Amino acid sequence: MIDISESVMQILLAFIVVVPLIGALAALLPAPPGLKGKSPEQAVLRHGVTVTGVVLIAAIVLALGFDHDHPSKMQATTDISWIPALDVRIHLGIDGISLPLLVLTALLTFLCALYSYFKMPAGPSPKAFVALVLVLESGTLATFAVLDLLLFFLAFEMVLIPMYFLIARWGGEGRTQAAWRFILFTLLGSVVMLLGLLLIGLKAGTFDMVALATDNGRSLTASVQVIAVLAIGIGLAVKTPMWPLHSWLPDAHTSAPTVGSVLLAGVLLKMGTYGFVRIILPIAPDGFHTFAPYLAAFAVVGIVYGSLACLALAKRGARGDLKRLIAYSSVGHMGFVLLGIASTTPTGVNGALFANIAHGLITGLLFFLVGALKDRTGTTDLDTLAEKSGAALYGKAPRLGGLLAFGAVASLGLPGLAGFWGEMLAMFGAFKPAADLSRPAFLTFMSIAAFGTLLTAAYMLIVVRRVCMGAGPQDAPQLADVHTYELAAWTPLVALTVVAGLWPRALLGLTDPAVQQLLAGGTR
Amino acid sequence: MSTLVQSVDWLAIAPPTIAAVVGLVVLVADLFLDERRKALLGWVSVAGLAVAALMLLPLLDGDRATFCLAGDPHLCSYTADRFTLVIQFLVLGGALLAALLSVTVLEDAKRRIPEGEFWFLLLSSAAGAALLPASRDLATLVVALEVASLPAFALVGMRYGDKRSSEAALKFFLSSVTATAVSLMGISFVYASTGSLYLTQIADRIQHVDGQLHVLAQTGVVLTLVGFAFKTAAVPFHFWVPDTYVGAPLPVAAYLSVVGKAVGFSGLILVTVVALPSYSDVWGPALAALACLTMTVGNVGALRQQATRAYSAVRLLAWSSVGQAGYLLVPIAAAGYSKDAQKAIGSTVAYALMYAAINLGAFAVAALVGRTRTLNRITDYRGLYASNPLAALFLAFFLLCLAGLPPGIIGLFAKVTVFSAAVDAGLGWLAVVMAVNVVIALFYYLQWTTVLFRAPEGEPEKQRVPAPLTAAIALSGVLGVALSGAPQLVLRFSETGLF
Repeated sequence: MIDISESVMQILLAFIVVVPLIGALAALLPAPPGLKGKSPEQAVLRHGVTVTGVVLIAAIVLALGFDHDHPSKMQATTDISWIPALDVRIHLGIDGISLPLLVLTALLTFLCALYSYFKMPAGPSPKAFVALVLVLESGTLATFAVLDLLLFFLAFEMVLIPMYFLIARWGGEGRTQAAWRFILFTLLGSVVMLLGLLLIGLKAGTFDMVALATDNGRSLTASVQVIAVLAIGIGLAVKTPMWPLHSWLPDAHTSAPTVGSVLLAGVLLKMGTYGFVRIILPIAPDGFHTFAPYLAAFAVVGIVYGSLACLALAKRGARGDLKRLIAYSSVGHMGFVLLGIASTTPTGVNGALFANIAHGLITGLLFFLVGALKDRTGTTDLDTLAEKSGAALYGKAPRLGGLLAFGAVASLGLPGLAGFWGEMLAMFGAFKPAADLSRPAFLTFMSIAAFGTLLTAAYMLIVVRRVCMGAGPQDAPQLADVHTYELAAWTPLVALTVVAGLWPRALLGLTDPAVQQLLAGGTR
Repeated sequence: MSTLVQSVDWLAIAPPTIAAVVGLVVLVADLFLDERRKALLGWVSVAGLAVAALMLLPLLDGDRATFCLAGDPHLCSYTADRFTLVIQFLVLGGALLAALLSVTVLEDAKRRIPEGEFWFLLLSSAAGAALLPASRDLATLVVALEVASLPAFALVGMRYGDKRSSEAALKFFLSSVTATAVSLMGISFVYASTGSLYLTQIADRIQHVDGQLHVLAQTGVVLTLVGFAFKTAAVPFHFWVPDTYVGAPLPVAAYLSVVGKAVGFSGLILVTVVALPSYSDVWGPALAALACLTMTVGNVGALRQQATRAYSAVRLLAWSSVGQAGYLLVPIAAAGYSKDAQKAIGSTVAYALMYAAINLGAFAVAALVGRTRTLNRITDYRGLYASNPLAALFLAFFLLCLAGLPPGIIGLFAKVTVFSAAVDAGLGWLAVVMAVNVVIALFYYLQWTTVLFRAPEGEPEKQRVPAPLTAAIALSGVLGVALSGAPQLVLRFSETGLF
């Protein structure tokens, strides 16, 4: 949209990845004179907002400078040799697939930093908190920006330690267990993934994603592709998470602090699905076609399973936890993303990428809202909240209730909001999968997924009824309604949900050419 | 008779020689120094090791060989090629760091450890360890192995009046001697079937062994490996490790974990890749099985350590060093399967360099904590961040490097090279076993790391860190960070031939 020279774009992209790391180091040092603020705590939290803000601005400038007429072309590329012994190159670049995720990450991290500036989660010093959030941001941004398999692995691993500490230190009940589960599951997955990446790199003779995508699996034999896809797929499926490898997710979400949940759902899960699209689809197409029906089957089981789990949690007397419920709904939503990818058609993959972004916005918002609800009422337990008749949030805190209802209907995929397009396109993709995939099987998967949307609608509406509605006693204490800082943190998410719902072309126009090219075999 | 006199290239043999000579000087000087000046001995030894390491610099320009047969100049007992220089650097550097730790520990021990003898033994052992990678015939190899090991037994038993220390020394001594004896027998079998002790000549002749001697040669190969596997602390020759590390003075444990291992695996490499490449179908699978067992037993052993038990920190480091030895063996095993054995060997060397710097750093912090908390339990590390933030951050970095997770980037990429050696050689199953082990290892390393940052019980006690310890921690810390930024510095060995 605006013309920025390529070298500036290069610097911008490198800047976005590196600055959070430098910021993390700076956060550990004492504040320089002049920036001490009211207290060391306040100073370091402000530092977090500043750094993430700068990164967000850089990301927006990058998005504006991005050549929207050629989104399938890698832009702002840097390619420097780093470790010749392993053939690792610092190869950065963005195209229409990674750009939206990059901006989403920068946005969500900034909102989280802003939110914690006013509402620091209970736990040890904010110094470490800010440093960890910044390292997490750098790792996620790097995952979406790198174009080298081993560098991708490095970035993928980089988020583990910060997230572990965020959950284990600033989390709620059962945090130690949940944090261990999170890190052991993901590490086991990612080490297996490393084996697959090495196999591809050693057999094809390069770790460069662009070169491998251009090659489109021609230099890999079918058996190598099958083994590699299995290994890499397991690693990515744990992260996504795909049923039945999801069991770390509900615990991690339930125990994580609000900010941790938002980042986990909004950004970290996307690293898994992004890997499917960026690595597996173009680099080992034959291997992927072998597994696509199974992936689709697991995906739809995940959709139904997630929804049924949510229904069970939403039931009266089940003592269901709202955070846990949203976590399970994530399993369902990510099921749609995987179904779209498994269809191996441009429609399905575009839908998957759209659903990715939509899930990040909507679930991020929902976790923020539930966190705010917990701050006010002290619980996220549905039964305690709703008591007999319902929590009557509309009466006690009308704006908060309204936002929660908005998040819920967006999540169930109301047309006109962001949640709708992704899931619909994913099902379209499954309706007419790639030529060599069994159509009857995918039709079955599609109908099961469609049934899943009904279930999703059911539990989301139950949640709205039990939390927002109800005839609370007249003398019930009012809850504080939405604070200004909360409004500031949430408005961008709400606005983008509406924009993406009403103007899907903005996003699809970016992803579609890039997806077409990936599926057609690398660079056209 | 002049044909029997071999010419000696003194520059080539300078590094081990200097270490040995300084050791003797220190031993003699000890007799003439009065009590107050004993600390001088330590600094002389540190300087000696530093000079020995610096003497590697003039050798960088090309391969040198000395002690060659006058009749056949291609058969030499001592070769200073790239492999030798890298391992000598590792050994002397590791000994230097261990010596820095010892300076403080000896000072704290208040003369309960005899200083002159300690430094003499440490330097002799280092000299033997530096000689080993250079030796190119089996006799020199065994002599070097013994020169490296015998002083180590005495070092382990150094703590006067400490029952655990003498018991550890005895255990170490008996098992090590048995292993060496087995190894010697293997060497005699190999000699019997080939008629030569020179590694390159054995490699040649063993391919044309008389059919009747075939079994003898094979048995010889396997038995020869036992002695070196023992030094590497490979399972089932690992049982001496935990007790020995706990019983020995901490710097000696650090020394054994790095230099002792270097001795073991460089010997293994020489015997397998240089002397017996044609028998790779025997030692390849044997080493693969050994690697698999070693890492699994080591990591499970480390996992089972209770944080509250006495000396649990040292025990954990001991068991984890067994696990790490398993990773070191993987590329050597892969060398038996792959067409390019040199490349696989390079992965072991690269991993060992990373491990030496990082593990010595971890031991240095353990020595620091052990000054005030003599029991050295993992629970004693609680709140280290509050009392000594830099030491805690460094230890966390070291532990994550050992676990192979960012921010320990060098640890991660060193593991990646080992994995890639295994995958390249088609040892997929070994790579999967190693993957599971990496996850197990992460559990205990990360558990320890989290303890560092917990709120301390009671007031954090500030203590002054002695200069030698600071130097040791800083040296390994800076090395680790520098390598994380530029992993190519060590990983380049996995790319080019070393011999």
